[in-house]
Amino acid sequence: MIGADINAIAEQLKNYDGEEVRIMEVCGTHTASISENGIPSMLSPKIKLISGPGCPVCVTVTAVIDKLVELSMREDTVVLTFGDLIRVKGTNKSLADAKADGAHVKMVYSPMETVTMAEKDPDHTYVFAAIGFETTAPVYANVLNEAVNKGLDNVKLLTSLKTMPQVIRWVVNNGGGIDGFIAPGHVAAITGSDIFKALSEELGLPFVVSGFEGEQLLLTIYALLRMKGNKGIKNLYKSVVTSEGNIKAKEMVDKYFEPSDASWRGMGKIQGSGLVLRKEYEKFDAGSRDLDEDHMPPGCSCASVLVGKIKPSDCPMFGKMCTPDNAHGACMVSTEGSCYNYFVSGRK
Amino acid sequence: MKITMAHGSGGESTSALIKDVFSKYFKNEILDKLEDSAVVSGSSKIAVTTDSFVVTPLVFPGGDIGRLSVCGTVNDILMSGATPKYITCGAVLEEGLDIDLLDKIIASMAETAKEAGVIIVTGDTKVIENRGAEPGLIINTSGIGFIDETKESVGPYNLKDGDKLIITGNLGDHHAAILGCRMGIENNIKSDCAPLGDFVGKLKDADIRVHAMRDVTRGGLGTVLNEFASASCCNIELSEEALPVEPSVKEFCGLLGLDPMYMGNEGKAIISVHKDDAERALSLIKSAKYGENAAIIGEVIKNNKPDADNNVILNTKLGGKRIIGLMYGEGLPRIC
Repeated sequence: MIGADINAIAEQLKNYDGEEVRIMEVCGTHTASISENGIPSMLSPKIKLISGPGCPVCVTVTAVIDKLVELSMREDTVVLTFGDLIRVKGTNKSLADAKADGAHVKMVYSPMETVTMAEKDPDHTYVFAAIGFETTAPVYANVLNEAVNKGLDNVKLLTSLKTMPQVIRWVVNNGGGIDGFIAPGHVAAITGSDIFKALSEELGLPFVVSGFEGEQLLLTIYALLRMKGNKGIKNLYKSVVTSEGNIKAKEMVDKYFEPSDASWRGMGKIQGSGLVLRKEYEKFDAGSRDLDEDHMPPGCSCASVLVGKIKPSDCPMFGKMCTPDNAHGACMVSTEGSCYNYFVSGRK
Repeated sequence: MKITMAHGSGGESTSALIKDVFSKYFKNEILDKLEDSAVVSGSSKIAVTTDSFVVTPLVFPGGDIGRLSVCGTVNDILMSGATPKYITCGAVLEEGLDIDLLDKIIASMAETAKEAGVIIVTGDTKVIENRGAEPGLIINTSGIGFIDETKESVGPYNLKDGDKLIITGNLGDHHAAILGCRMGIENNIKSDCAPLGDFVGKLKDADIRVHAMRDVTRGGLGTVLNEFASASCCNIELSEEALPVEPSVKEFCGLLGLDPMYMGNEGKAIISVHKDDAERALSLIKSAKYGENAAIIGEVIKNNKPDADNNVILNTKLGGKRIIGLMYGEGLPRIC
């Protein structure tokens, strides 16, 4: 399909006048790319794009943030994190607040820095805030592998790892009538596109695996429009995604992690939707099990936004009490969050 | 040799430091008198500005804190339509700072001042205790520029319907260079840190109708254009295709999830000119120092309704439109 006349496709998407179609992009990087490319302005009002629960920061429950804050305040512990997470509020504080109070919080660009820092400073325990999906799990497995090989016992992970198929099923069963899914390209690169094939069969909905360029997303939306009402899977990201995925990465993840139930912000506990450290690697766990509590500020509609029941701009707090500088929910903090993207790109 | 608290005592060590480092490079009739105040000749209308510079690392690809501290202040004066004449130098040195490094930075400051056509007329040094691992240096510069009252005033409130917007070069170089340095990422990205007097002078001499000018520093182009739009009650339409970004910077941004639209520069200006002067202005800028990658990137569309939103709208390469809002947060990298 690549090589198809993109202008003709753009024209058809603009002029589409059939039944309303609701398409969900599950991955936060897709959400960001859709906004960056101005794709909503190119679609007929009858094609609705809905952002799903695929921004890792956005679906993290407050208990995880609270635990990280608590760890960062210990004398002998340093918490390392990606930038996005640092400003997300827990029940009382974000890691940025804790840092301002003197807690040990460092923003890093690669989880592997955990190993380098721990090696240099044996007097402190270095905890990485290991949140993410199937995409980032292999990176954390590599960190552990390195720590094991080097015999370091001052490296730990606080994990909040989640898996896509289970939450997609949950969204279909509890959400707001989705007609098709833009399947997450990065996740599929690891897992393989086959996991979405099975899901498509089960749910009777179409899935298209997409890359992240604007043109690819237009083609994907067009493909989903054509597939509406039918199950089926298309892989439009063949340069990166195979049907069986990255076997080495999957083996690495299997070595250190096992499936578990996981708590999702606004959605509660979803069976089998997460990964936790295997029992034999328990000593690397900074206390990740049973972090289920999820504190929602009054009025926050994160739960409905994350499953596509309402648009970010339908939340009564959107753009008024809740802005990127004063975010009440994580969806407004992360650059991949649906609320953030709606807000900064003026999407309505 | 390192800076010690004695260098801030006001005694012999202070005098020696000033003589051996600062006076050595900042030689001019006014400063050499070492009076409590510099006495300079003036103009009936002047522009005054001040800025403090804190950057890690002190020396980075394409510049250093000394060059930065001159460019920042000189460019601020230029953007108000004035001709920069004098600047001051206040240096706060941390105990332990390497004197050879300081020497290099002060030499660079003097060289940049010469390039920018300004005289460093007065200065001050203080020494403070070391606050972190790497001994730092903070420089404050204030500047004075003369205003030619016969020229039309420029400012963000002054954008006119149909104006063309010219960016004077590639976006994001400084920000990417500094970030790359801090993160230890090897690449060839250099800071664009430069004084912009050459093309500003050329535009003035050619009587180009410049309506607004701003150096695109912290907050990036997106932030400046939003200020323009709200100050002048207008919409601004940009073409993504036309935005100049160096491929290596684009790649760097892609890697970290940064948007060049919000990244800081230290040698770029956005200029709003009368539409009929735009092509002439562009070729003048392109022929001037630090202007070779200049491009016309958009235009001003005045709102007739007083209560309308004043938006910056980007026409994307793909054919869509999106609003370029204000920058939020610190431009942090994405997680996956």
